[in-house]
Amino acid sequence: MSLSYYIKSFTLWEFVKAHALTLKYFFKPKATINYPFEKNPLSPRFRGEHALRRYPNGEERCIACKLCEAVCPAQAITIEAEPRDDGSRRTTRYDIDMTKCIYCGFCQEACPVDAVVEGPNFEFATETREELLYDKAKLLANGDKWERAIAANLAADAPYR
Amino acid sequence: MTEFFQSLGMSYEWAWGVATVAGILLIALPLMLSVAMIIYADRKIWAAIALRRGPNVVGPFGLLQSFADGLKVFLQETIIPSGANRGLFLIAPIITFTVALLAWAVIPFNSGAVLADINVGLLYILAISSLGVYGVILSGWASNSKYPFFSAMRASAQMISYEVSIGFILVGVVLFADSFNMNEIVKAQQGHGLGVVNAFGFNLLLFPLAVMFLISSLAETARAPFDLTEAESELVAGYQTEYSSMAFALFWLGEYANVLLMCTLNAVLFWGGWLPPLDIPILYAVPGVIWLFIKILIFFFIFSWVKATVPRYRYDQLMRLGWKIFLPISLFWIFLISGYLMLTRYGA
Repeated sequence: MSLSYYIKSFTLWEFVKAHALTLKYFFKPKATINYPFEKNPLSPRFRGEHALRRYPNGEERCIACKLCEAVCPAQAITIEAEPRDDGSRRTTRYDIDMTKCIYCGFCQEACPVDAVVEGPNFEFATETREELLYDKAKLLANGDKWERAIAANLAADAPYR
Repeated sequence: MTEFFQSLGMSYEWAWGVATVAGILLIALPLMLSVAMIIYADRKIWAAIALRRGPNVVGPFGLLQSFADGLKVFLQETIIPSGANRGLFLIAPIITFTVALLAWAVIPFNSGAVLADINVGLLYILAISSLGVYGVILSGWASNSKYPFFSAMRASAQMISYEVSIGFILVGVVLFADSFNMNEIVKAQQGHGLGVVNAFGFNLLLFPLAVMFLISSLAETARAPFDLTEAESELVAGYQTEYSSMAFALFWLGEYANVLLMCTLNAVLFWGGWLPPLDIPILYAVPGVIWLFIKILIFFFIFSWVKATVPRYRYDQLMRLGWKIFLPISLFWIFLISGYLMLTRYGA
């Protein structure tokens, strides 16, 4: 133990240095954003809450090819399909279990008609587990609600696909 | 204040009683309010050093956060564990809280503005802060749960250890001030440093004691580097683990009232209390309470700053610091100060 060790320990040199450092940080700008009032920008590729889209004339896009159901690695999607009265093939049931979903985006990539997409919404926490078992009505409603943002994101990302 | 109530036509006894109650309310109510604000300040300072924002939603700049927390806690159910000793379990937070308020009786807020101007004020504070250990021990024991019990054991050993060195540090102050009365101690600091600085802390003989007292007061209030009593990584929440609702809030309030008390003691004993920092007549135009508050706030900032900066001590390191470093140094310093005063003040 040298003399400088004793001088340092009795003058609390390390503590003084540490406190000078933290005082510097005290005056630095904050690293965190003011979340509920202020949000970070999202990529157009952001994979958030699912939605089922419609064509501009109101016809639902999904043709019940079940590619998303097949590709889903978490097996979160359940589809049942029947011919509709006008002869077109549509889903009678389209469920996504949001508690199983791993948000990989495969369903969106598999979809040949851009019907199922993952939108920019990530604030869909619920109070009960059951509310996270989405059915077709909920997904279509999401599609109607987020259509503008989803369409803009798809258009922005289209050149790179 | 007694004279004022006497002038309203009360007998001396009644006037004294009413004046004392008024004095208690005048200290306790602002104290509770400042405890609420100081909890908020603590969180804000801590957050700022961690580059976070801290509470900023409830009220302007989050100023009402503590009141929201208080309301939440007030509406909760008080849970008493079935194995707990009911009486002691409930009385422990009350002891902590009461003792935290008691010590304020002898704090001078301005020249002569003391609730109880007793001639052994410093001894009274030492006695009261020793009593504070009971709240912690009783809560830990009455909880009938292992983590609170460990915490209580630690807390009692820690507080008693550091009270020893605090006692010796205070002897140094008393030797210089020639009095145990808090008001006299403040007055003795007038122009103490080079004839202009109103603080014992600028005396080279007393500055090491001031630093040691600051560190010991951190240990005494179980704050950051010495918060082994509620070491959350080991003991869940220490002696508060089994507490909820108002009982928990009383611990919380008592803890922060103690922190404020220790900040005040630092200011009063070493940094001039209600005196302005420099012995210049124009500075005396500002009321002494303001100077005292500024000093308390500076010390509270230091407390928070330390909390945000240093990691927790290991228990044996804590004991080593208390018994093997602070105790010998403070003992030696009393010897040094007494020798110096014998040579200078009392002429060998």
